[in-house]
Amino acid sequence: MGAKGIRIEGLKKRYGSGDTAVDALKSVNMEIAPGEVVGLIGPSGSGKSTLLKSLGAVIDPTAGRMTLGDEVIYDEGWKVRDLRALRRDKIGFVFQAPYLIPFLDVTDNVALLPMLAGARNSDARARAMELLTALDVHHRARAMPSQLSGGEQQRVSIARGLINRPPVILADEPTAPLDSERAMAVIRILNDMAKRFETAIIVVTHDEKIIPTFKRIYHIRDGVTHEEVGEGRAVA
Amino acid sequence: MISLASRDILHSWGKFIFTGFGLGLLIGVTLTMAGVYRGMVDDGKALLDNSGADLWVVQQDTLGPYAESSSLSDDLYRGVLAMPGVSNAVNVTYLTMQVRQGERDVRAMVVGVAPGGAGTPGWPPYLVDGRQITRSHYEAVADIATGFKIGDRLTIRRNQYAVVGLTRRMVSSNGDPMVFIPLRDAQEAQFLKDNDAILESRRRTAANPAFNRPGAPGFLDAVIAAQSTNASVNAVLVTLEPGHEPEAVAQSVRRWKRLTAFTRPEMERILVGKLIATAAKQIGMFLVILAVVSAAIVAFIIYTLTMDKIREIAVLKLIGTRNRTIAAMIMQQAVALGFIGFVVGKITASYSAPLFPKYVLLLPGDSIAGFFAVLVICVLASLVAIRTALRVDPAEAIGG
Ligand SMILES: Nc1ncnc2c1ncn2[C@@H]1O[C@H](COP(=O)(O)OP(=O)(O)OP(=O)(O)O)[C@@H](O)[C@H]1O
Ligand SMILES: [Mg+2]
Repeated sequence: MGAKGIRIEGLKKRYGSGDTAVDALKSVNMEIAPGEVVGLIGPSGSGKSTLLKSLGAVIDPTAGRMTLGDEVIYDEGWKVRDLRALRRDKIGFVFQAPYLIPFLDVTDNVALLPMLAGARNSDARARAMELLTALDVHHRARAMPSQLSGGEQQRVSIARGLINRPPVILADEPTAPLDSERAMAVIRILNDMAKRFETAIIVVTHDEKIIPTFKRIYHIRDGVTHEEVGEGRAVA
Repeated sequence: MISLASRDILHSWGKFIFTGFGLGLLIGVTLTMAGVYRGMVDDGKALLDNSGADLWVVQQDTLGPYAESSSLSDDLYRGVLAMPGVSNAVNVTYLTMQVRQGERDVRAMVVGVAPGGAGTPGWPPYLVDGRQITRSHYEAVADIATGFKIGDRLTIRRNQYAVVGLTRRMVSSNGDPMVFIPLRDAQEAQFLKDNDAILESRRRTAANPAFNRPGAPGFLDAVIAAQSTNASVNAVLVTLEPGHEPEAVAQSVRRWKRLTAFTRPEMERILVGKLIATAAKQIGMFLVILAVVSAAIVAFIIYTLTMDKIREIAVLKLIGTRNRTIAAMIMQQAVALGFIGFVVGKITASYSAPLFPKYVLLLPGDSIAGFFAVLVICVLASLVAIRTALRVDPAEAIGG
């Protein structure tokens, strides 16, 4: 495994201090290669969201080391200064609920980031169209989010997560609201995208339907990760 | 680039137009209030302009004739007329009263004008219809705002007057339309007692042996005549010969005649600074309240609109949108709301101004000032929403 992908070593996160302190992450070690999709599963309160937030650069870990792509983003208290730019350029987010911007159509939801970053609107939209085509929602390109089905919305939100070609995608329960057929479609798309764009993808999930599709799975229990080989079932 | 604000507005335009409309009515009221104040000032200036005077000579130590009552002997004008620099000096009376015409009565300022004709101070400078007063009794020229028409018969106190001419924008500083009648009639009207009072007064005079002297026939009649005529006026309107400083002439009137004289700027100060000062403060208070209410409405609407998309804002922040972009979105929406409000308000004010009973003067300068005030208010009002939006933790987008 090269310098790319995600590498997490000895990550710790403590909420609060003193008597009320909670050690949400005690020892997290993970390594995900570019093009790989891994599952992250664990019981409620085990620290999954805390891990995603740390990796997503929205909360500060307490100790350990994180590398995204070829960049160290956190190292024992030191962190990258511009977390906002880091999130924008290096990380794609996909959520349980798609949280599309209701007043922008599908294309502009996907093209939003490059447009805000100053790219020509036509260029940004062309890139968005490419992704929408890859995700098979291009026929809904001019629709408003409220006019899409749940599965279509989820695919649009994946496209939005991919628009900046981030080396990393963090997906938080992306299949929870979907039926098994749609859930499998989303997983297949994530796998395709991982291969196509050399993206390292972490999928946090409770979803029994999709767990067998991962080749590798990280279990997290009480803030400690354990690696496990998954079934790696082919996705239809 | 993409304008998030305009896209959001286009998406929920109904909401924006609706609130913009409500805000607009409020702004319309505000502009109208300012117009009412300007109208009062303008009425005052029109009053001074239309009197055609350079100086107002009034009873000593009064602010007459418009802001305080003033009473002068109707002979004093002769002395003023003889002063150097004075071109003309004429008596005038002003009395605000109800003028009856048939079934209805109209509140009007009755102006008693000395004989002379158009061009004499106090006379209406121009007519829109009919002719000026030519007879020395029982003719009247009325402002068109009274609703009277040529040929109407007016009743002022006990006398009847025929309307022979109509003027426009001849109003008192209160905005009451003027009715011009001959000075003698006006003097009589101003001091006329009712019949019972006259009878009572005559009876008392006749019963007084000092007046009712059998040896001096005619003496009682002379006393009674003196009692029932009135030789007072409210002011003397003075015009100056070219090349004479109003202030210098006013000075010598004050010094030599033991009267008070005001120049045009002093008169304006009295009207604007004293007569309508309380009304102006009242309007100022209203403007402040309206500004606060508008700000509260804009703040509330923008806050609600922002709260409606707080999750989306958290997502925008998570995926790396600048705070500046989010703040700009909210502020632009507030400004857009203010803009819609201003346009609606301006239209409302312009169309409703003529419907007001008093003169409403909408100055372009006030509209421009109002426009910027609205923008400032909207920007300030959006700060609460912006603060809330910027405080949103991007971690919230990831959830528990
Ligand atoms: N902001 C916080 N302050 C204090 N404690 C927190 C905070 N957020 C999470 N925790 C605690 O940290 C632990 C891990 O929480 P986390 O949200 O990461 O769990 P999770 O695995 O996402 O659970 P779930 O599956 O229910 O979402 C829990 O004990 C939780 O109570
Ligand atoms: Mg969670």
